[in-house]
Amino acid sequence: MKSILLSFYSWADERLGLEEMVQFAKHKTVPVHSQAFWYYWGGLSLFFFLIQFATGVLLLLYYRPGPDAYDSVRQITYDTNFGWLVRSVHSWAANLMIVAIFVHMFSVFFMKAYRKPREFGWWSGVALLGMAMVFGFSGYLLPMDDLAYFATKVGMEIFSVVPMIGPKLADLVRGGPDVSEYTVHRFFALHVVVLPAVFLPILGFHLWLVQRHGNAVPPSEEAKSEAQRRSESFFPNFMMKDFAMWLVAFNVLSVLAFMFPWDLGPQADPLKPAPLGIHPEWYFMSQFQVLKIFGDLFPGKLGEILGIVVFTAGLLLWFLIPLYDNTQEAGRRAKRATYFGLFTLMALIVTTIWAYLVL
Amino acid sequence: MMSKATDKNNPPSTGGVSRQTFLRAAVGSAGVIYAAGLAYPVYRYVASPVEKAAKESAVTEVTLKDAQKLAPGSALMFKFGSKPSMLIHHNDGTWTALTAVCTHLGCTVHYQEDKKRIHCACHGGVYDPKTGANVSGPPPMPLKRYEVKVTDAAVIVSRSQDRA
Repeated sequence: MKSILLSFYSWADERLGLEEMVQFAKHKTVPVHSQAFWYYWGGLSLFFFLIQFATGVLLLLYYRPGPDAYDSVRQITYDTNFGWLVRSVHSWAANLMIVAIFVHMFSVFFMKAYRKPREFGWWSGVALLGMAMVFGFSGYLLPMDDLAYFATKVGMEIFSVVPMIGPKLADLVRGGPDVSEYTVHRFFALHVVVLPAVFLPILGFHLWLVQRHGNAVPPSEEAKSEAQRRSESFFPNFMMKDFAMWLVAFNVLSVLAFMFPWDLGPQADPLKPAPLGIHPEWYFMSQFQVLKIFGDLFPGKLGEILGIVVFTAGLLLWFLIPLYDNTQEAGRRAKRATYFGLFTLMALIVTTIWAYLVL
Repeated sequence: MMSKATDKNNPPSTGGVSRQTFLRAAVGSAGVIYAAGLAYPVYRYVASPVEKAAKESAVTEVTLKDAQKLAPGSALMFKFGSKPSMLIHHNDGTWTALTAVCTHLGCTVHYQEDKKRIHCACHGGVYDPKTGANVSGPPPMPLKRYEVKVTDAAVIVSRSQDRA
């Protein structure tokens, strides 16, 4: 038996170059230091994405977009064996994935892991976060309950600030002047075909870069000499720890999905008043609040536009940080970048909490 | 049980099960429990429509309201549970109800009044409309017959007792 397996392996190896991969995996190491805990969060983001992929395919077995959307989600939730659980896991893992990506992003930021040669890792990562949020926004509408309906209705208002073509653009995205079954169909196509088709190659690129450049170490480690630094082999040591973290994540996800099954509200009805305290998902709350603040400071269209401009400018700075803070030295630019990161983190947290307080 | 027995026979220092064996078994069983805990809801979720269909086909009786008005020499299609079925009112006033699923490859058959036969368009199978017997063509078995009771409000079709 063993010799058959071995000869099959060498047969495949000759054609696929498996030995190179094995050698690569054997020699791959992961740095060990006091902040190594943060290395797990990229893997956790990936784990939640895989969960999304699997549960998303399961939901596709029964979900029907279009005028039937609400009814099909009702059937999944109440008539299908464990349908409530599959849906609950998909909703919870979506949120946990965004949490994991945020933690991953900020840890990368503060470890200054975006510096040369890892700029493309940073850019592809920020793009993945942006897409994850569009995943969330488009997926939120699909059940077509009242919250989904009104949250999408309000969210689409963002287009109205685009000068000239904004309203037209919004109509095209919605498939009409109002959120309707056409919107569900469009968001569905976006959510299950377009986004995955764009997301997966970028994710592949992002992961390939990690293999190419290895894990970055924070500046405090960089200052140490080679002899002082410690590392462990990726296979099997770090991989096992990675899987242990996945197991923890899986348990947390299971408990949340079981104990707090995701709700399905009443069917969307444009003639009914919007439910009280309606608000977007938590990861849009900060933008929501910034728009509100500027709207209060500068009444009318001006406030809206200023809010969007400030947010866009901040995002652009965030995206371009590798070009500004680009040297290994602990100079003025490095310090400023760290302050910028702290300010961004605080601003996101404060505006998010503020948004929930004034709901 | 086992550890007790080994405790009696061996001094504790040389215990029967090594730490490695114990850990392997524990991690292995935990893995199996996890896999089963994951596979069971996924299996039940995917199999949901299968279970529903099985529940539906478990019916033993279908009441066809107003079917007694069916003109002689014509047939009515209906579902017995999840199975397409056929009620025929013959010209001589008798009734026949049978499954309308061809025993060859499962196409839905149709009643041809002019030729007094049940025909399957897929491969030309022919059945007797009164008994359901396979007369010619590829069908290997007759169509299953139901019992028919005609009242003045409905036709009641039920699984025949002798078969059940």
